[in-house]
Amino acid sequence: MKSLPRAPIRLWSALLNFRRLTALLGCLVAGVLLAIVGFLAIYAWPAVRLNGPGFLYKNTWSLGFLYRSPITVHGQTVLRGAHYGILFLIVGTLLSTLIALLIAVPVGVGSAMFLAEGVPPAMQTWFSFFVELLAAIPSVVYGLWGYVVVIPFLGHHVFPFMVKWLGFIPFFGGAAGSGYGLLTSGFVLSLMIVPLIAATLRDALVSQQAELREAAVALGASRFEALRTVLLPATRRVLIGSSILATGRALGETMAVLMVSGNAVNFLPNNIYTTISTMASFIVSQLDSALTDPTGMAVRSLAEVALVLCLISIIVNGLARVLLYYEGRQNARIV
Amino acid sequence: MGATAAQIRPPSTRYAGGRAIRRRLGDFLGWGLSALAFVFLGSCMVWILVVVFHRGASALTPLILTHITEGYGGGLLNAIEGTGVLALGSLLLAVPPGLAAGIYLAEFDFGFLAPIIRFLVDVLVGLPSIVIGYFGYVAMVVYFGWGFSVAAGSIALAIILLPYICRTSEMAIRQVPHTLREAAYALGAGDARVSLNIVVPAALPGILTGVLLAFAISVGETAPLLYTAGWSNYLWTGRLTKEPIGYLTYAIWAFITEPFETAHALAYAAALFVTFFVLVISLFSRMLLDRNARWRRES
Repeated sequence: MKSLPRAPIRLWSALLNFRRLTALLGCLVAGVLLAIVGFLAIYAWPAVRLNGPGFLYKNTWSLGFLYRSPITVHGQTVLRGAHYGILFLIVGTLLSTLIALLIAVPVGVGSAMFLAEGVPPAMQTWFSFFVELLAAIPSVVYGLWGYVVVIPFLGHHVFPFMVKWLGFIPFFGGAAGSGYGLLTSGFVLSLMIVPLIAATLRDALVSQQAELREAAVALGASRFEALRTVLLPATRRVLIGSSILATGRALGETMAVLMVSGNAVNFLPNNIYTTISTMASFIVSQLDSALTDPTGMAVRSLAEVALVLCLISIIVNGLARVLLYYEGRQNARIV
Repeated sequence: MGATAAQIRPPSTRYAGGRAIRRRLGDFLGWGLSALAFVFLGSCMVWILVVVFHRGASALTPLILTHITEGYGGGLLNAIEGTGVLALGSLLLAVPPGLAAGIYLAEFDFGFLAPIIRFLVDVLVGLPSIVIGYFGYVAMVVYFGWGFSVAAGSIALAIILLPYICRTSEMAIRQVPHTLREAAYALGAGDARVSLNIVVPAALPGILTGVLLAFAISVGETAPLLYTAGWSNYLWTGRLTKEPIGYLTYAIWAFITEPFETAHALAYAAALFVTFFVLVISLFSRMLLDRNARWRRES
């Protein structure tokens, strides 16, 4: 190498070659995440100071007396009687996500098994594509469908029957409500996250080594037994990882939940038909009202809600990615 | 390979007996349940499409394509235009850095930086869109003082698209055979020439698929735009800041909850446009991917 004539060194190429430029842009893309967290944290900081830890476990969201002069609390100008606690949002978010997962995981596993083994190979891609289309439909269209069709259907025909026949199960009895609420949100959410679970798991099942299946069949297992007892357990971590990813998706889903949840405020659900609000939908439904607070503390408290949601989703997604990386699926689909 | 193993009949089923029958029953039940799961998903999918297309089609009039929104009626020309402007704007902002980051993650994946970037990008994919929307509101609309505007809306959308474009182009670039790069480097090409003239063109169908999907996402997103782009009943005058702009997904959300038939018609028509567009893009990109895969297999 040393004997070759050296190319003249230009300053710009010594400082900024192609590799560094792409690295810099890569850092820019990744830095967006840090910028979002940072900006939200700075903006929400006065609210964080004012609300303290009670923000997470108290159950009142009240802007205070809008027409009386503001007072100073902990060095912050706020309205009299302003309280910000989002326990009902945390409960609503977690419960709707839980219901979504309870529906989506079995359905996702079942359809992944069907897509991977039950469909003729020639038609596999198109059957899978059909399920993946569910992920392509925009959230607001799910909301429209839920609002126009699912809510009247469930509210008139399904929930009253569930109360009548399943009322003995805890949280299944009580008032059937109008169709808006926890179970409807969970149902719509489950449809939105199921393609993620089904598609990731199907890919993992298909990419299992043929030897595994052949060994199981050689030992006398039928096709389904090989799938259930050998192939499916081998993809356990992928299932867990994709379910956590789906959890993150459900926690942050906004428009569909906004349109079917009923947007209850300061209210803890007492059965599965109760109207709720989630953190994501609350940010949309309350910003107009928060803007009426002349001190701006309500908008900052909403930023705190966004910050909490952001941190939760970072933790959940980080966990899922670590699991999937560990399984050698850096390039797992992102749907 | 799967078929050969499947054609072998498990020996135990040859013998009639309680155990064999139980196992047959288990097989039947298992396949039945998994098929049922698929049928459930499929029928929900069909249900959604039927609702959207049936009601959307009956709401369509020529007026919708030629007139702007007036109160709770009129047309959707302003929203269609706005969706186009926001989608193209966000793609223009997101594709160059996203592609560059994808090149970095795929081509220069040695050292500590690439795994960190990949992890952060993957976390960014999962960030709720409303968080990005609220960040856009707080940062661009309020702090920078841009107001509801094309600039704020496009940047918020671009943040959503960036990680998708980055990761899909990374995966597409990784598919390119190593021999291509080796040949190019051996001929004396530098990093930039190898990446931009050799690898990226070879990976173009995959990259294009990612960009198309990003396009579909940008047309279908609502939450990041609500408090960054606002809504406007008028056509865009070309200003980047301090002028709100309409878009189709807002019309779906806002007009379906109004108590007027004309408003509902606008919402259904908007849903029809958005869904149809997203489906066509998904179908097209899947066909592109399929053709590319077949071509790769055959060559």
